[in-house]
Formats: sequence, C-alpha cells, structure tokens
Amino acid sequence: MSTATETVTHESTEHGESHGASDKQYIVIALILAVLTAIEVSTYYVDFGPLFLPTLFVLMIVKFVIVVSYFMHLKFDNKLFSYLFYSGLILAVSVYVGALATFKFFLS
Amino acid sequence: MADTAVAHGADHGAHHTSTGLSNNKLGMWIFLGSECLLFGGLISTYMLYKGRVGEGPQPDQIYDIPFTSVSSFVLLMSSLTMVLAVSAAHRNDDRNTNLWLTVTAILGATFVGGQVYEFTAFYREGLGFTTSLFGSSFYTLTGFHGVHVTVGIIMLMALVGMVRRNRIPGSKAETVEMIGLYWHFVDIVWIVIFTLVYLIPA
Repeated sequence: MSTATETVTHESTEHGESHGASDKQYIVIALILAVLTAIEVSTYYVDFGPLFLPTLFVLMIVKFVIVVSYFMHLKFDNKLFSYLFYSGLILAVSVYVGALATFKFFLS
Repeated sequence: MADTAVAHGADHGAHHTSTGLSNNKLGMWIFLGSECLLFGGLISTYMLYKGRVGEGPQPDQIYDIPFTSVSSFVLLMSSLTMVLAVSAAHRNDDRNTNLWLTVTAILGATFVGGQVYEFTAFYREGLGFTTSLFGSSFYTLTGFHGVHVTVGIIMLMALVGMVRRNRIPGSKAETVEMIGLYWHFVDIVWIVIFTLVYLIPA
C-alpha cells in the first residue's frame, strides 16, 4: 500500500473526514478476528466444560464489536450513528429475549 | 473527533443537512438498526424450534462444522477486503477500489456457493424445508442471510461497473462506504448465526 494509506488512527484526510484506521491496522484487526474465530472453532474439538457457553458468547460479542467499531467505523464516526444502530440492536435483543422467555426457553 | 470531522465535512460542502451529517449514511444506519429486528426474529424463532425435529435429522447430526468454519472465515476476510476498498475509495484510488470490491464479491460468492452446497447436502440427508420445525427455521434463517449476501454481491458488482465508468453521482467514497456498511452488517449477522446456530448444539 502507498504511504498515504498508512495514516495514524483518527487522522483526517484531505477532505477533513475521519476514515478510521490505516490499511495495516485493518489487516492486524482481521488477524485478531481470525484468531478469535479459530478459538471459537476449537470449542468443537476441545472440551471447555462449564466454560463452553461463556467462551462462545464472549468471543461472539468481541468479534461483533470489533467489526462494528473498526470495519464499520462506528468508533470514529459521529455518536449519532452509534445511538441509531445500538438502539435497534438493544431493542431487538430485549424484544426477542422477552419473547423467548415467555416460551420458557431459558428454563428448558 | 467526530465533531471535528463533521465540521470539516461541512466546510467542504459535503453535508448540507440539519444534522451536519450525511443523510445517506444516517438512513443506512437506521436501516441496519431495523435489520437487527428482522434477524433477531429469525434467530429467536430458530432457537425456539431447533429442538422440534420430529422425524428428520437432528442439528448435530447434519452440521459440518469444519466446512462451515471455512465459510465463516471466508466471509470474515471479505470484511477486510471491503474495508480496504473503502480506504482506497477515500484516497480516490479507483484501481485499488475496484480490485478490493471485486475480491470482496468473489469471497461473497464463495460463501454463497458453500451455502448452496450445504443446503444440497442437508436435503440429501433428509432435511427438507417442511421436514420439521427445525428444518423450516434453519432454512429460513440461513436462506435470508444468503439472500442478503447475494444482494450485497450484486451491489458490489454494480459498484465496480459504476466506478469504472465514473458514473457514481455525488461522493464516490461515500457510496462505497454505504455498500461497505451493508456488507459488514451481513458479516456481523453471520458471526452471531455461526455461534448460536452451528457451534451451540441443540
């Protein structure tokens, strides 16, 4: 990649808009995501015991937040975008956890 | 930081809106927030019905975790190539923008191809759409996601053609970024599906 791509995080471009991390940083983030996915897949082969579900949930949430924050630039963009997206997400999780609870899903 | 970016954007006449933000981007984030409700409904329906197998095969009898893991990795890496396309678009580097958009579309097509193969294999093993509630909810959830990926591929290929012919109205970088947001959303939905549907047994 050209040197122009290797700008530091948060640095503005010639248009004065923040575009997040540099290309090298994106590649490092992708490698981290790949490692987290490998750990997820390892739960299929290795017995994690009582840590099985917590491990999978934590890895899922961490991967989700990394992609949203860095690849989708929410970490660097105006907070209004974060409020809009996370409002929809929190509403969806609340509604459907409630719906599943009415079917006694968490008791089975 | 974000305020500074917005102020600069306004200085360049990029976003003459009441919020100072791009209405396109605002609309896209509202759309993605609403998509959370769509996929939330499909995922919770699957969670409710995955144990309702009846005569057909059980989830853990047909899932091919190594195969799906590779598919998941391919889709995850397509998010990297997409963000590299967005980065190139912000540098006005049309050549690399088109290169990374094309690679993203190819990776997406690989994922969809894998899904078609998986559906075919499951059908041959006795899991049809109406075999059981598990089958119906599984095909509906993963099928909806597959359609989203397919729509994304079509948008990517259209974008490649538009960038090549320089026919994008308004900001080229913002248009690529909009498609990128959609693509990354499809990826994060799969992150959730991969864990809740495939890795956690019934």
